[in-house]
Amino acid sequence: MDLKELYKEIILEHGKSPRNFGKCKKYTHEAKGHNPLCGDQVQVYLKLNNKKKVEDLSFEGSGCAISIASTSIMTELVKGKSKDIAKKIVFDFLNMIKSTSEIKSNNLDEDQKMKIMSLSGVKQYPMRVKCATLAWHTLTSAIDEKKEEVNTETID
Amino acid sequence: MDVNIIRSQFPIFSKKINGKPLTYLDSSNSSQKPLSVISSLDNFYKYEFSNIGRSIHHLAVNATNKFEETRMNVKNFINASSKDEIIFTKNATESINLVANTFGQKNIKMGDEILITDLEHHSNYVPWHYLRATKGAVIKFAPINDDGDLIIEKFKELISSKTKIIAITHLSNVTGTIVPIKEIIEIAKKKNIPVLVDGCQSAPHIKIDVKDLDCDFYAISCHKVYGPTGVGILYAKKKWLEILPPYIGGGGMINEVTKNKITYAPLPEKYEAGTMPTAEVVAFNESIKFMKSIGIENIVRHEKELTNYALEKLKKINSVSIVGNPKNKAGVIAFTIKGIHPHDISTILDEDGVAIRAGHHCCQILHERLNLVATARASIGVYNTKEDIDVLCNAIENCRKVFGFK
Repeated sequence: MDLKELYKEIILEHGKSPRNFGKCKKYTHEAKGHNPLCGDQVQVYLKLNNKKKVEDLSFEGSGCAISIASTSIMTELVKGKSKDIAKKIVFDFLNMIKSTSEIKSNNLDEDQKMKIMSLSGVKQYPMRVKCATLAWHTLTSAIDEKKEEVNTETID
Repeated sequence: MDVNIIRSQFPIFSKKINGKPLTYLDSSNSSQKPLSVISSLDNFYKYEFSNIGRSIHHLAVNATNKFEETRMNVKNFINASSKDEIIFTKNATESINLVANTFGQKNIKMGDEILITDLEHHSNYVPWHYLRATKGAVIKFAPINDDGDLIIEKFKELISSKTKIIAITHLSNVTGTIVPIKEIIEIAKKKNIPVLVDGCQSAPHIKIDVKDLDCDFYAISCHKVYGPTGVGILYAKKKWLEILPPYIGGGGMINEVTKNKITYAPLPEKYEAGTMPTAEVVAFNESIKFMKSIGIENIVRHEKELTNYALEKLKKINSVSIVGNPKNKAGVIAFTIKGIHPHDISTILDEDGVAIRAGHHCCQILHERLNLVATARASIGVYNTKEDIDVLCNAIENCRKVFGFK
């Protein structure tokens, strides 16, 4: 294991200066996520327009560098995508973190793939996987308009 | 005492973590085990194993004698009046649940008050919450000041004619506060209120004398006292164990069973239903021997010296803040580093072989009181050295470098 694989420059940078932080204007969907093991909290705000496109996406919350960076990168990559593609990206991301370490996605350009791949080092640190995945599960929950809070202890 | 001789008794210190020597600073979570304890488990399962109690064959008699020998030594270790006051449980959590449940059944009704403090571990809050949920009891929290010390005057004010029991930690697992338990118990006794002491953190680190304290209940987890997992102790005054109902029902805790009536076994078996963690209780005898061989006064002196050394060194590191500054502090040091989340600290320190804990340490009420989401915590055991503290401080500096701080 190599710490530099986990704490890449881009992760530290997003961790310190997260993008799309705060409530976005006129959001139509929101969901809360909670990791009871470490106390991480995240709230995802989503504006879906009438063409089912993610017009805006933002978050609030507190957590470790991995969790904040993962959420920040997620908002950047998903913004502008259709609702269905957003869910596919979440699926591809979770697949990368849990099994493949590679991102297999037709919905991201090379730059975006590089960005999402910066989080793949988390796979080597099983105790930190949930830090990286919390926001992504919460995004799915927001899109699907689920009422209950996402809890990392009750999902895979 | 010679800490190198003590360390040599712990096989785990020969292990390398990420190619580096293990720097174990997570003893508040659980302590490491000396070889004598590990060998006892091994030997018991290999050559002495039998269930205790009813069987009358050779192995059963031997196992029962050894099991009871531990009980007798626990009694002496904490200076209880009788071995009947020593109940073996699964852990301190179960010990507290046992009291909350049985005391609650008998003595708590709607509107009665249970007084705890802001310092409590979840295991000394959640069991009382059950009584709030099922019986309509009221839980009051005695406040602390910013240093992490209990405000005794406020504590006194919170005692009312409805206070039925006081449950309080002896030593905080976050701020390291050693609570003036004796003073608290004296206050409670004047009003005839029983006191349960959560002794999870204190048992391995300070002298426990339940007779001198005059507490009604005292809970201990053996795995924190250099012992095996799966064993806890409940000390309770005999007068309580005699009048409170049993907790878990089953084999071993009965006297006579008919279709219409059940009578219960005498103490302490009344509270020990089902097969007990026999090998583990037997092995805990070795933990007590280990503590005695060093001497509690020597343990206190060594750990105090290390704590002071650690506090002094940590305070010199830019951006490290120590959580709490209690008047009387044990070797539990929660801290934060500006700009780095405790979970990141823990992961990065692990790379240097340094084991600490990060999170809320099962004390969400306390973290909320201190306006903290999470903290990192280094906690000291008898086997730690000044070198361990030096390694910790270097690892913290390294952690700051990873995050690009100068």
